[in-house]
Amino acid sequence: MLDLNNLTPDQYRARYAALQDAARARAASPAAAAMAPLDPAAILKSGSIPPGAYINLRLPRWHAIRITNPAGTPGAALFIWNADEPSERFNAGDTVKLQWTTNLTTGRVLFSDMGRVLAAITADTGAGHDAIIGPSTPAQSPFPNGRDNLRLAAAKFGLSRRDVGPAISLFTRIQTDEAGRFHHQGAPAPGAAVELRAEQNLLLALSNTPGALSKVANATGPLDYAIIHAPPGEDDLCRRFTEEAMRGYDNTDALFA
Amino acid sequence: MIISDTHVPARAPFSATLKAGQTIRIIDLESQQAVDALFYNAADTTERYSAQDTLAAQALAGGPYYLQTGSVLLSNEGRAMATIIADTCGFHDTNAGACSCESNTVRFGHETRFMHSCRENFLVELGKYGLAKRDLVSNVNFFMNVPIRPNGELTVDDGVSEPGGYVELRAEMDLLVLISNCPQVNNPCNGFNPTPIRIIISQ
Repeated sequence: MLDLNNLTPDQYRARYAALQDAARARAASPAAAAMAPLDPAAILKSGSIPPGAYINLRLPRWHAIRITNPAGTPGAALFIWNADEPSERFNAGDTVKLQWTTNLTTGRVLFSDMGRVLAAITADTGAGHDAIIGPSTPAQSPFPNGRDNLRLAAAKFGLSRRDVGPAISLFTRIQTDEAGRFHHQGAPAPGAAVELRAEQNLLLALSNTPGALSKVANATGPLDYAIIHAPPGEDDLCRRFTEEAMRGYDNTDALFA
Repeated sequence: MIISDTHVPARAPFSATLKAGQTIRIIDLESQQAVDALFYNAADTTERYSAQDTLAAQALAGGPYYLQTGSVLLSNEGRAMATIIADTCGFHDTNAGACSCESNTVRFGHETRFMHSCRENFLVELGKYGLAKRDLVSNVNFFMNVPIRPNGELTVDDGVSEPGGYVELRAEMDLLVLISNCPQVNNPCNGFNPTPIRIIISQ
């Protein structure tokens, strides 16, 4: 067996190169596609978040939330915690590093700080979701803004600003160019949607506020959401999409074994 | 005037408090050594470094996705915590976070579970100040080369810092600074060979 603390630099590099090659081979997500409407009888809970407002809710393991953006408002701030141990929470750095990409779309997962999957992106129309810059703060919009709304939502679970780390701005596409500059691609098309399946029992905060680089500081329409029971099937994409995800699910399933 | 001059061994943690106006110089003695760092308001540690506030402000000013001379590190209240006032490297990451035992299992295989990691270093140092895992957020990775390519790919590439290279920051408020001299050998951030660093605090 390899003594991992005492390999040569060349041996470590070979291991890393193999992982990187595998990640590049699996880089492509399925093409973005319109989602079939949900069966109304399957919807456990639904609602609409007005511009500038937020919700906080519990999303049990293997329930999914579909978030729809009918008017193409430029962003939706999201943060999630493990409901059973809220010190475990969304980790933006791990999410992009472990998957070797900042492109969060169908097939990708949202990692916690504990090497476990919190949620899976089971469907997505491809509007882009940003975990690098994140939601708006008082620097962009005094009130409401994503930062304050996520903290308010956290407060409703008894949590505080200690518990809100770097977050996601859904419906926000940000790219970098060769010179290292960020480019914000503007508001998504009306009707953009994304579906997240909880892989642990989650606390979820969702705010109808733009991303921090949006040229429009305030939301321009509602966000609609619907929750369904959605256990993964045998051929589930997210659980098998990458080797990294498979190991993340090993760690996650061990919590519920 | 030098307040402290510390040799930090390979793989080891370090922490210190700085008064506003004092400087901290981190020297990469042998090259290609990632140095993970976190910053807290010494008077209220629930105000802490925010990578997203920092990059949002930098992006809105036309700046890049990495840190360099002139970068202002902002808190989760959007306030200036520290400014990079000297830098021989030109690229410091704040997107990839710190390595952990748990994330290592996902990224490098379950067999890496018991290898040392930056978050272990951070947790040990945080505990000395009454802080805990809840207080860990995305950090700065000095001397760590993490390109984000136009296609969205994010990788940890070979470090570009030279032997004796350094970065120096000026505290803009009274700060608690946590350092992990990164022990990672499963990616190129330390040249697959963690080495010592030197930290000089001055005023």
